[in-house]
Amino acid sequence: MRHRSLLILTTAVTAGALTLSACGSRGDDNKSGEGKTTVVIGLDAPTTGELSALGLGIRNSAQLAVDNANKSGEVKGVTFKLEALDDKALPNVGQQNATKLAGDKDVLGIVGPLNSGVAQSMQQVSKQNNVTLISPANTTPDLTQGPDWKKNNRVRQFPTYFRTATTDEVQGAFDGQYAWEKMKVKKAYVIDDQKTYGVGLASSFKDQFSKLGGKIVGTEHVSPDDRDFKAVVSKVKSAKPDLVFYGGEYPASGPLSQQLKDGGVTVPLMGGDGMYSGDYIKLNKKAQGDYASSVGKPVEELPSAKKFIADYKAAGFKEAYEAYGGSTYDATWAVIQAVKQVVGDNGGKLPDDARKKVVDAMNKVTFDGVTGKVAFDKFGDTTNTMITAYQVDKGAWASRFSAEFKKFDKS
Amino acid sequence: MSELPQQLANGLILGAMYGLIAIGYTMVYGIVQLINFAHGEIFMVGGFGALSVYLALPTGTSLALALPVMLLGGIAVSVLVGIAAERFAYRPLRGAPRLAPLITAIGLSIALQQAIWKWYPDGKQARVFPQFKGHAFDILGATVQRGDIFVLIAAPACMIALGFFVAKTRSGRAMQATAQDPDTAKLMGINTDRIIVLAFAIGAAFAGVAAVAYGLRTGEVQFRMGFIMGLKAFTAAVLGGIGNIYGAMLGGVVLGIAEALATAYIEEIPGMQQFGGGAWKDVWAFVLLILVLLLRPQGLLGERVADRA
Repeated sequence: MRHRSLLILTTAVTAGALTLSACGSRGDDNKSGEGKTTVVIGLDAPTTGELSALGLGIRNSAQLAVDNANKSGEVKGVTFKLEALDDKALPNVGQQNATKLAGDKDVLGIVGPLNSGVAQSMQQVSKQNNVTLISPANTTPDLTQGPDWKKNNRVRQFPTYFRTATTDEVQGAFDGQYAWEKMKVKKAYVIDDQKTYGVGLASSFKDQFSKLGGKIVGTEHVSPDDRDFKAVVSKVKSAKPDLVFYGGEYPASGPLSQQLKDGGVTVPLMGGDGMYSGDYIKLNKKAQGDYASSVGKPVEELPSAKKFIADYKAAGFKEAYEAYGGSTYDATWAVIQAVKQVVGDNGGKLPDDARKKVVDAMNKVTFDGVTGKVAFDKFGDTTNTMITAYQVDKGAWASRFSAEFKKFDKS
Repeated sequence: MSELPQQLANGLILGAMYGLIAIGYTMVYGIVQLINFAHGEIFMVGGFGALSVYLALPTGTSLALALPVMLLGGIAVSVLVGIAAERFAYRPLRGAPRLAPLITAIGLSIALQQAIWKWYPDGKQARVFPQFKGHAFDILGATVQRGDIFVLIAAPACMIALGFFVAKTRSGRAMQATAQDPDTAKLMGINTDRIIVLAFAIGAAFAGVAAVAYGLRTGEVQFRMGFIMGLKAFTAAVLGGIGNIYGAMLGGVVLGIAEALATAYIEEIPGMQQFGGGAWKDVWAFVLLILVLLLRPQGLLGERVADRA
């Protein structure tokens, strides 16, 4: 039957087209910085697509840090320039971006990415080229501590990788503890989206929640591209939980929350920083009462963040800084501080092996940033483990509780 | 098993949506033997068309009043894009090797996605679609949302209208004739070009209806939504027997119910726990497709003869 061979051919062609459609574009602009040294800080975040609300906040905040450094002459004789690339939240695009940035010898650090899955594909490039990669948003523990962190066998994975966001190990555990102690939840239903971030967060939540005595009445996995969760909703409903926990991001959890409530599951949905976005509320008319945790304290409540918020407003960015504005500013500022250290040590000039020296300096950086004290431990993780729980109240996220979470001995 | 009625309802609603889209694949295939892979995107632009109409209406218009206009808007945009695709992308390739229109379809699909992504206001993100307010209905132990009532009425209505059209009207019979043998049909005085346009238009109109149903159900439309839905609908069309309009609807409903039941019950089978749940529902849907194609290569209702329009 010729029809069937056509079908097979069609399937093969579709699969091929899918792979190819993910190719990125290459824009090139050459830079010249005669007289003054130009240091380029790369930026990689999803500035288009579903996660672009978070990604654009990251791009703008990094731009702000670079502009401030140039304005105040933070590093004498050095002008910073931000080169922002869009990774569309796709690992292969992130890798292309990292390769492209690493190929420019003026790039001394890359800020980003948003997604842990994308970071996995960028880390190797960063290590090979000895260029600092610092994420304001990655929370998967494996990225810094290796796959055996659960057995407390922690090994630093990449000497060039740092982050200003604390890990899911801390965040998921915080969520579990918060649900048990503050929300008095006894039975939880756990759903994840099968992505690196979502699975990690959900499993840390599960561990802590059940360790404290809570009961997991069911687990479910969904596809992050799904928008129809009715079948899952019916299962959740018959399990009768007090809380539904979702490990994943807002493009799926918005519709999920709404469909849960439509389907008669009246308990709140709780998630991590991937859910903590204004778009979550925009996409979900029944978000009222839902919870999300996010890394750091709410920047609005920090005295150290007043200047950041004022500057951000004054700069007139079209998009909000969202969940990672503060941590992005700090991440970018950490790179700037490392460059400052390196330039200072070399008598006011950039040394030849600047990249390596910047990586070394990153390990020792400390300063008071937007989100608090910024410093990195021996894995490259932030030493700041502050987490905040937020709840949707009248169409906005309201902070409910902040705490430093130190459960795990990282020595 | 207390959730069985609910899961059947979930599957039926989802399946009716697949079926409406699948009609477009099956009609076009039945007449020109082309798998129009841009059909998922024709569905997608219909959703954006309906949304645009809603946004153009004065704010505060009740959705029940707006819905017919939105439906017309969605259908109009889908049909327009569908006809344009036929006229400018497929017709010039009518005599070309089969691979050429197929690749064109894939290209068109990417182009339409990117067009919405680039030019629709805020099209880079999911756009909020209006939804009915108020409580859900309880029907035979299943909770059915107000928005879902729409597809439960629209899908059978569309099928009845289409069945009547194909069987009773002059154009419908011309369509059957064209499906059987385009050359002979032409010799008999049938304007086959017009029939082909008609097939594209009807398929696109159904996709527009499905897009409104999708928007009401999930509360959002986004530029990528046509891909997965299109793929599932194509599967439904093959499952039901590609070329057969009732097969498309049956295939859609079977696929939707299979997905819902797989999510709910596979993991209750001893030893199958890790193969159940939402993560594996697509796998089971395709297992079903393979089984059906092994036992009935022509699909559930597919026949090698006449009734193909």
